[in-house]
Amino acid sequence: MSAILEVHNLAKSYGNFDAVKGISFEIHEGEIFSLLGPNGAGKTTTISMLSTLYTPTSGEATICGYSITNDTMAVKKCIGVVPQDLALYEDLSARENLSFWGQMYGLSGKSLKIRIDEVLEQIGLLDKAKLKVKTYSGGMKRRVNIGVGLLHQPRLLFMDEPTVGIDPQSRRAILDSVKDLNKNGMTVLYTTHYMEEAEELSNRVGIIDHGDLIAIGSQEELTKSVGETDTLILHVGEETNPETLAEEVRKIKGVLKAEVTDHQVSIITPTAEELLAQVVTHANNLGIKIKSIDIREPNLEAVFLNLTGRALRD
Amino acid sequence: MRKLLIIAFKDVLLIFRDRAALLFMFLAPFALTIGLGLATGSFSGKSNSGILDLPIVIVNDDNGQLGNALVEMVQSDQLADLLEPEFLTDLKIARKMVDDNKTVAVVYVPAGFTNSIIPNDVTSHSTQIIQLELYGNPSSPTGVGIVRNLLEQFFSEVEVGRVSGTLAVTQLLESGAIDPSQALKVGQAVGELQTDTQVGTSSIKLNNVTAAGTEVKFNMLALLAPGMALMFLMYTVSNGGRTLLVEKAGGTLPRMLISPTSSFQILGGKVFGIFLTGLAQLLILILGTTLLFKLDWGAPFAVVVLVGCSALAATGWGIFLAALLKSPGQVSAVGSAIMLIFGILGGSFTNIAIMPNWVQWISRISPNRWGLDGFTTLAMGGNLANIMIPVIALLIMAAALFLVSVVLFSRRGIGKE
Ligand SMILES: Nc1ncnc2c1ncn2[C@@H]1O[C@H](COP(=O)(O)OP(=O)(O)OP(=O)(O)O)[C@@H](O)[C@H]1O
Ligand SMILES: [Mg+2]
Repeated sequence: MSAILEVHNLAKSYGNFDAVKGISFEIHEGEIFSLLGPNGAGKTTTISMLSTLYTPTSGEATICGYSITNDTMAVKKCIGVVPQDLALYEDLSARENLSFWGQMYGLSGKSLKIRIDEVLEQIGLLDKAKLKVKTYSGGMKRRVNIGVGLLHQPRLLFMDEPTVGIDPQSRRAILDSVKDLNKNGMTVLYTTHYMEEAEELSNRVGIIDHGDLIAIGSQEELTKSVGETDTLILHVGEETNPETLAEEVRKIKGVLKAEVTDHQVSIITPTAEELLAQVVTHANNLGIKIKSIDIREPNLEAVFLNLTGRALRD
Repeated sequence: MRKLLIIAFKDVLLIFRDRAALLFMFLAPFALTIGLGLATGSFSGKSNSGILDLPIVIVNDDNGQLGNALVEMVQSDQLADLLEPEFLTDLKIARKMVDDNKTVAVVYVPAGFTNSIIPNDVTSHSTQIIQLELYGNPSSPTGVGIVRNLLEQFFSEVEVGRVSGTLAVTQLLESGAIDPSQALKVGQAVGELQTDTQVGTSSIKLNNVTAAGTEVKFNMLALLAPGMALMFLMYTVSNGGRTLLVEKAGGTLPRMLISPTSSFQILGGKVFGIFLTGLAQLLILILGTTLLFKLDWGAPFAVVVLVGCSALAATGWGIFLAALLKSPGQVSAVGSAIMLIFGILGGSFTNIAIMPNWVQWISRISPNRWGLDGFTTLAMGGNLANIMIPVIALLIMAAALFLVSVVLFSRRGIGKE
C-alpha cells in the first residue's frame, strides 16, 4: 500500500502556544485513519494545516504527492474536507448549497446535477433538498455539511468530528456512510474524541494529546501495548469523593493505574475479576457507595489512560 | 473568472433573501422620499418648509419686460421652496458673494437686455445682442444646475432663438470652459451666428414670458429620491462588506479557501457581489420612483453611467470597511454611522451649498455628494458631458479605496492563519 498522505514533523504555534508539536504519520491509500484525542488536542489545527488553510510553523506534508506548502492548488483538488463546524449558507437550500460548492470544485452542467442527486441520495435528503438549510435539524445540517465534502469525489476525505452533537440515529447513518465511502475506494482521515467511533471505523489510529502524537498503529497493536489488561470502571455516588478511593486502590497489588474522572474511578489491571472483592471492601470502609461496575477488555480508552494517566472522556 | 461570478451571484441571491436587508435597501428610501416629499409639499404643490432655499443674487439692470419677468419668476410662490433670492444693484458685490461662498449663483441681467431681444422699433434692427450672465459657484454644481434649469425653462417659453446663444454662454461659463471675462466675446460670436439665422423670424410672445414665470416647476422629489437612494446605497455596501466577515466567522470563507479557488477570485467575487447588489438597488429605486412619482431622472444612458460609478465608489467603501474592521458587528455599527454622516454631508437632507466651507470640502469623500451632484444635473436636463466631474471623482474614489483594501487584505490575509 502506498502512502497518500505523509506528514513530517508538522507543527503549528499560535503566538507562543504550541497547538501541534511536530507530528509525523502516514495514511495509506484506501484506509480509514482516525486521529483520536480529547478537546483541544490539536486535531482541527492538524486538519487545517493539511487542507492548506493554515500555514505550518514548521514541518512538511505531502498529499497525493504534492506539498501542502508549495503545491496548494493540487492538494486542494485531491482532498475533500468536512469541517468540524458547519460551513453552509443557511438561507440556501441543500440543493443550492451543493450546487454552489460543487461549482467551487469545478463541477458544472449535467455532471454537477448528477453528482448533486447522488449525494442527496447518499445523505438521505433527496425529498427535503428544496428546503432552506436553516429549517433543518442539527443532524440534517451535519449531513449536508458532509455532502459538500463528497461532491467532487476526492481521493482523500478529511472528516473533522462529523458526529459531534447529534442524535444517535444520525450518528449511526454517518458512521455507516463513512464505511460505504471507504468500501468504494475513498481514503478517509477521521478525527474524533469518541473511542467507539475510532474502534468501529479505523484500520489504524493515531492518538493525539496536547499537540503530540503519542501512539500510532492498528487497534491490536495499540491495545497490545497496554498488555493483557482490563479496565475496571466504578461508578460512584455524586456525594462522595472518589479520589480517596483511588488512593486506596492504587495500593492494591496488581493495580497498574487508577484514575478519577467525574464520578468514576477507572482501574487498569490484568486481574480485574480477582480485584473486585478487594475494591468493594475498600469502598465500603471509606463509606463510598458504588452504583455500578463495568469491566472492559483492552481498548483504546485503556491505551489513552495508560499513556496519559487521564480518561479520554470529556 | 467563472468562480468569481458564481460567488457574486450567490451573494446577490442571499441578499435578496434577507428580508431585513430588503427593507433597508428599498422600503426605507421609498418611505423617506415620500415622507420628505410630503413635508416639502412636493405632492400638494404648496410650498412651505423651504427645504432647499438656494441663495441666489439677481442683478437686474435691464428695466425691460424680460428682466422684470425673471425677477417675478424667482419671487413666485412656486419657487419659494427652492430659492432665496436677493436683489442687488452692483454686479461686483454680487460676484464677490459667489467668490466668498455666500451664494450659489448670480444672475446678471444687463441693461438693454430686453431691448436687444425685443427691439422697440422693428426697423432699427439691432445687431448686438446683450447677454444674460450666470455666475455659478463651482462648489455647488447642484445649485447652479437648478438655477440654470430654471433659466432654461424661462427662456424656452420665450421662443427666441437668440436667447439660446446666451444659454450656450452660461453653460460654458459654468463648466469653466471659458473665463467670465471672455464670456461676452464668445457670447457675441454665438449670438451673432444665431441672429443671422433668426433675423426677422423671431415671434415674441410676451404674455408667454410672464406665464413662463408662473409655470416653472421644480419637482423636489428629483432631489430627494437620489439623495435617499444614495444614502441607502451606503447601507447596502457596508452590509455587503459585513458578509465577508460573517463568512469568515461562519466557516464558509475558509471552506472557499480550501476549495481549489484562488483568494483573488474569492475577494473579487465578494466585491463584484456588493457592486451588483448596489447596482440593482439603485436601478430598482430609479425605476420605482419613475413609475410611482413620475419622476424624470434624465438621459437614460447618462443615468446608467452615473449609477454604475456611484455603485462602484460605494462598493469601495464597503470593502474598505471589511478590510479595516475585525468583526461583523463593527462593520454594522461603523456602516450605519457612515451612512448617516455621508447622507448629511452628501446633501441628502440639506443643501450643502449653505454649509460651511470645510463641511463642503469634507463632503467630497462621500460618494453621495458626487452622485447627488450628478443626478441633479441629469434631472435638470444635463447630459453625460455635464456629469464628467462627478463621474471621474467617483471612479477615482473607487480606485483609491480598492487599492487600500487590497493592501490591507494582503497584510492581514482574508481568512488564513
Ligand atoms: N486560532 C487560534 N488561536 C489561538 N489558539 C488556538 C487557535 N485555534 C486553536 N487554538 C488552540 O489550539 C489548541 C488545539 O485546538 P484544536 O482546535 O486544534 O483542537 P481539537 O483537537 O480540534 O479540539 P476539539 O475536539 O475541541 O475540536 C487548543 O488549545 C485551542 O485553544
Ligand atoms: Mg476540533
